[in-house]
Amino acid sequence: MAGRIKIRAQKKGELTEVKALMRHPMETGMRKDQAGESIPAHFITEVAVLHGDQTVMQAHWGAAVSANPFLGVRFQGGQSGDAVRVVWTDNQGGTGEGETTIR
Amino acid sequence: MTLYRFVMMIPRWWLLLMVVPALADEGIFDQYRDLMGDDNPAIFVIEEGEEFWVQSQGPSAATLEACDLGLGTGVTRGAYAQFPRYFADTDRVMDIETRLLYCMETLQGRDREVIAAKPYSLRGDFGTELEALVTWLAAESEGMTIAPEQAHPKERAMYAMGEEIFFYRAGPHDFSCATCHEQSNKRIRLQQLPNLTEHTEVAEAYGSWPAYRMSQGLVRTMGWRLQDCFRQQRWPGLIFGSEVSIALQTYMAVNATGGIMTAPGLKR
Amino acid sequence: MKDTAKGRVSRRRLLNWAAALGALMTLPARAWATVSRPETAFDATALDQALMALGQTPTRHEGVIFTTPDIAENGAVVPIRVEVDQTVLPNVSKVSVLVEMNPNPLAAVFDIAPGTEVYIETRVKVAQTGNLYAVVESDGQLFMASRETKVTLGGCGG
Repeated sequence: MAGRIKIRAQKKGELTEVKALMRHPMETGMRKDQAGESIPAHFITEVAVLHGDQTVMQAHWGAAVSANPFLGVRFQGGQSGDAVRVVWTDNQGGTGEGETTIR
Repeated sequence: MTLYRFVMMIPRWWLLLMVVPALADEGIFDQYRDLMGDDNPAIFVIEEGEEFWVQSQGPSAATLEACDLGLGTGVTRGAYAQFPRYFADTDRVMDIETRLLYCMETLQGRDREVIAAKPYSLRGDFGTELEALVTWLAAESEGMTIAPEQAHPKERAMYAMGEEIFFYRAGPHDFSCATCHEQSNKRIRLQQLPNLTEHTEVAEAYGSWPAYRMSQGLVRTMGWRLQDCFRQQRWPGLIFGSEVSIALQTYMAVNATGGIMTAPGLKR
Repeated sequence: MKDTAKGRVSRRRLLNWAAALGALMTLPARAWATVSRPETAFDATALDQALMALGQTPTRHEGVIFTTPDIAENGAVVPIRVEVDQTVLPNVSKVSVLVEMNPNPLAAVFDIAPGTEVYIETRVKVAQTGNLYAVVESDGQLFMASRETKVTLGGCGG
């Protein structure tokens, strides 16, 4: 369950479009559970999209990014069959990774 | 004065005023949904459900793969669409959730009371086993025709009970399900209320649960949805797996017969 | 630094940048985070505080194309899109998304290799009806677009 990412990547003319959905609670740390206890903050802090071994985009996220976060990007270049990866780390030291090939 | 003459006396723009209120609510969230796209986090929960199905658990160290959901041992494709239904081995009508608990108990040796004590996620949880299993099983019926069994007298009796409860007014606000769900084109705030007595609307509503509830970050089941309705009606709490819950699901599923399962859906 | 042969310069910068990031990616997660994460900006509890931490008060620019829904079905998941028309606003290296009425307005910062396409979609939490901001950095200057998004409370209140 932890660390899963669903990625789709396809050519859009000269550009490659990547859509990624990540499994993560993105807990802000501001909520309390049913018993009134604070739910600890748990959210992705850094995420990157890689085309081959080139980082196309790197992002820093706060807890205001929605739970089970979505990320869509477009970048120049890329050919059908090229590998696209998405990787993340969170504030608790967890990591996630996913890979697909461009259609 | 003829009717024609009378009507022609009304300034044309007045006629528009009568139509606009109905149209104003149409598609208010279309732009929002367009921008959202199709990516539904429920896809993760589907996988998690399948993993639970094949996971050895309980004192018997067994998986759920031998569970009979009405179409034969271990048959999951199309099973959800035919619930609720009568099962001879328990001599009663069951919904998908009570049937899963039965399989957990009989195949895996697990204590149903423990699972029934907390079937659904609470704030801060990331999903329960039952929610995941129901999500996966609903996905196994995606695209299929809603066709709950109504051949057995107990199944028909369950429908009749569901119909009676649907129209039963109670609680401090004297609400019944029908208060909110018996008419078309009604809404609470900006939420459209489906008319659960009208085939197309109940088919769309019933067929889209379980659904990822964006405001909660969780997939919720129809059983949960009914519990939440009771809460909102200020009725006493709906007991998990109770006949009342199964009856209401039967009422909706039968009214929805012929519709298509689209679950897991994406809701507010 | 003037771009003479644009393609050649931007590719070199891209490779340098990618190499730097590649090096960062091999560092332990915590080291990667502290190198480039604008922590002060994320910690800011007011919009102008967050903007100053990002650099300065941005000026509006029509090259920033910001798409948000006029009205969101719920505040937990609000889809947004930021694009930049590079013919009028080139060399964008950073895109930040801020939600004015959130306890911490800065939601996300995207680092983009200068010269590449700027097209980002994500979903953010919006605590209540208010303005959302897309702020882009181009050659050290900040430009922005903003839109108001209404957030509704669901059905019977939940």
